[in-house]
Amino acid sequence: MKRIVLLLALFAAQPAIADSNLPPAYWSDRQLPNPKQEAQAQALMDELRCLVCQGQSIADSDAELAGDMRDLVRRRIAAGEKPAAVRAWLVQRYGSWISYKPTTEAAAWPLWLAPLALLLVGVFLLRRRIVR
Amino acid sequence: MGPEALRMSRAVRFAPLLLLALIVAALVWRLARPVDSSVHSALEGKPVPMFALPPAVPGKATLSTSDLATGRPRIVNVFASWCVPCITEVKVLQQLKASGVTVDGIAVRDRPEDLAEFLATNGDPYERIGSDVQSKVQIALGSSGVPESFIVDGAGIIRYQHIGPIERGDVPLILARLEQAR
Repeated sequence: MKRIVLLLALFAAQPAIADSNLPPAYWSDRQLPNPKQEAQAQALMDELRCLVCQGQSIADSDAELAGDMRDLVRRRIAAGEKPAAVRAWLVQRYGSWISYKPTTEAAAWPLWLAPLALLLVGVFLLRRRIVR
Repeated sequence: MGPEALRMSRAVRFAPLLLLALIVAALVWRLARPVDSSVHSALEGKPVPMFALPPAVPGKATLSTSDLATGRPRIVNVFASWCVPCITEVKVLQQLKASGVTVDGIAVRDRPEDLAEFLATNGDPYERIGSDVQSKVQIALGSSGVPESFIVDGAGIIRYQHIGPIERGDVPLILARLEQAR
């Protein structure tokens, strides 16, 4: 009996990295009444990186901070702010790290140039084969 | 097959093994020196964003941007009563306070009763504490978790961000950064 209780207690245990005791932010898991705005917010949230579960978007993450960021995004979009402005505001705080959307800054050039370079290599190989 | 071609094919045969050795070496190197995955605020060197927080505990002064540009550097500590490393950090903050450092707090997603209990149990080094219920100011500061600390100079400019708890070993660094911000 004692063993079973202990086993059950194990399942009830909270992870050591605690979450707060407050409920999720109002707009964290609630859609905006305006479908166009909700679509804009959703598209933006898919492209914003979660600060806690790095590698997930804030739309995917269950972290409380991601919930608070979804609330922030929806509130700003509902207030009429453009998605690009909300993204820029976050990039100002966290750097381009926060956004999944590739930028045109120098660090991202290989990303844009790689397909072009691969295409050129392909054309070169194909030409060699055809000429032969 | 001539001896030349045989030597070639032997080299080719060992290529995958060499590749594997390289990959393993790269993995071992990365395991030994893990990447710093902490997200640094882009606001270092920039003014603290405008905010005005409601009080976090009754009878305690709250925190807003205008309280930070006071002519001398201060520590703004982003913390929470539900944050386990904050318990040990608060003792180090008290040590810093004892040596004349002003520490302000931003309590993230906290309840007044939890915070009051936290301060009663672990000590209260804070001059002011603002309550950031929806992590709004935390996000505005470019902070990605608790605890984190910002050193703000006398003009209200963020001079340094410390990610994770300030431990006893970090005190000389923090004091040096405060001196630099003077």
